[in-house]
Amino acid sequence: MENMDLNAPHSMGTTIIGVTYDGGVVLGADSRTSTGMYVANRASDKITQLTDNVYICRSGSAADSQIVSDYVRYFLHQHTIQLGQPATVKVAANLVRLLSYNNKNMLQTGIIVGGWDKYEGGKIYGVPLGGTIIEQPFAIGGSGSSYLYGFFDQAWKEGMSKDEAEQLVVKAVSLAIARDGASGGVVRTVIINSDGVTRNFYPGDTLPLWHEELEPQNSLLDILNAPAPEPMNI
Amino acid sequence: MSESVQVTNNLTNPEASSQRTLYPYVTGTSVVAIKYKDGILMAADMGGSYGSTLRYKSVERMKSVGKHSVLGASGEISDFQEILRYLDELILHDNMWDDGNSLGPKEVHNYLTRLMYNRRNKFNPLWNSLVLGGVKNGQKYLGSVSMIGVHFEDNHVATGFGNHLARPILRDEWKEDLSFEEGVKLLEKCMRVLLYRDRSAVNKLQIAKLTEEGMTISQPYSLKTFWGYGAFQNPTVGAEGSW
Repeated sequence: MENMDLNAPHSMGTTIIGVTYDGGVVLGADSRTSTGMYVANRASDKITQLTDNVYICRSGSAADSQIVSDYVRYFLHQHTIQLGQPATVKVAANLVRLLSYNNKNMLQTGIIVGGWDKYEGGKIYGVPLGGTIIEQPFAIGGSGSSYLYGFFDQAWKEGMSKDEAEQLVVKAVSLAIARDGASGGVVRTVIINSDGVTRNFYPGDTLPLWHEELEPQNSLLDILNAPAPEPMNI
Repeated sequence: MSESVQVTNNLTNPEASSQRTLYPYVTGTSVVAIKYKDGILMAADMGGSYGSTLRYKSVERMKSVGKHSVLGASGEISDFQEILRYLDELILHDNMWDDGNSLGPKEVHNYLTRLMYNRRNKFNPLWNSLVLGGVKNGQKYLGSVSMIGVHFEDNHVATGFGNHLARPILRDEWKEDLSFEEGVKLLEKCMRVLLYRDRSAVNKLQIAKLTEEGMTISQPYSLKTFWGYGAFQNPTVGAEGSW
């Protein structure tokens, strides 16, 4: 940590994404938690609930992001009781910011806050390392996000439908998993809108294959024993 | 075998218990500002860099402060956001006095100087270079404060790369009582050079105009760039292999 090159940001194991669409938000993440080179948990859930209508995607140190989310959930719960109605996404994001900023020397976690409230609709806030808060139409984070800047520059558009947005998120996490060693496992998504919250789960075999990836087989024996291909009609 | 216990305290490791900001994460680059006939013009691009990645491209790095001032910042964006909160409180208390007086740019500049210098003394700086401009009762004011508390006041100021690239242009071409059009063109000249030569510049900027009437900030826009030099087309003619 000392003598860190000012131009080299800390890489964080994970790919997390938050995208707004016409009516709500879609949050997405991979499921790999690593300690060094070992995959400690290959099916973790990085999309964590804060309230009925606000969820966060966690990246960076698992411990730091968990403790921040626990504190924010606790504060939001009290805030909701006092307010008498559901907390807004902006309040949740600012609470995350407060903790991240005031403990910036100790924490190593990048968070994407996403949710729906009746005042602003679907909103995404990024809270990267350092505790900056930035409202965005979409946000990407974690080490896998390096591979997605170009993808989103090209593929993102305003006013997508719920299904388009979710497909975009799944495709993006899947692409990041293909290239980032620190990301892997399954793709989890959470869709939040005025109707409520929907959790989805996309295991590896449901995802498209990318460059130099092959169709998974049960065994070599199946390939060897496969019927001979039809001769070509030339 | 007995385990040896490492003892660290303030003597063996002087930096152990003190908290300090060691390095910035999300940073903004140059801010450039000039006095002109009716007040202040300030320009900053909308980039928030994350190391060498141009991560955020819609960050507003200039904000109005009270009725009479505008603050532009480079450096760590989270610290700038915190400074805005401090200033909100300052302006609130100023308004609560309800005495007809309001803090002018000179006062706000002084407040910021104290803020930055005192943090520097605690070895926990707010990692920003600030530009504070304003007009009050016809008096134009333009000052800057660095993260270590160095502050001064001038007809034109800049932060970061702007000091090296924009100030020389301004020293040559700035004059008293520039019109709005002349001022904007001059700032755009500076911003274009920064776009060419500063790696952390992004081509999306805003210009803030501050006069006695108040502050207006332009919509985000991009500058055209020129690449049509013959030498750019064939840079290595006569020296193959060079660059």
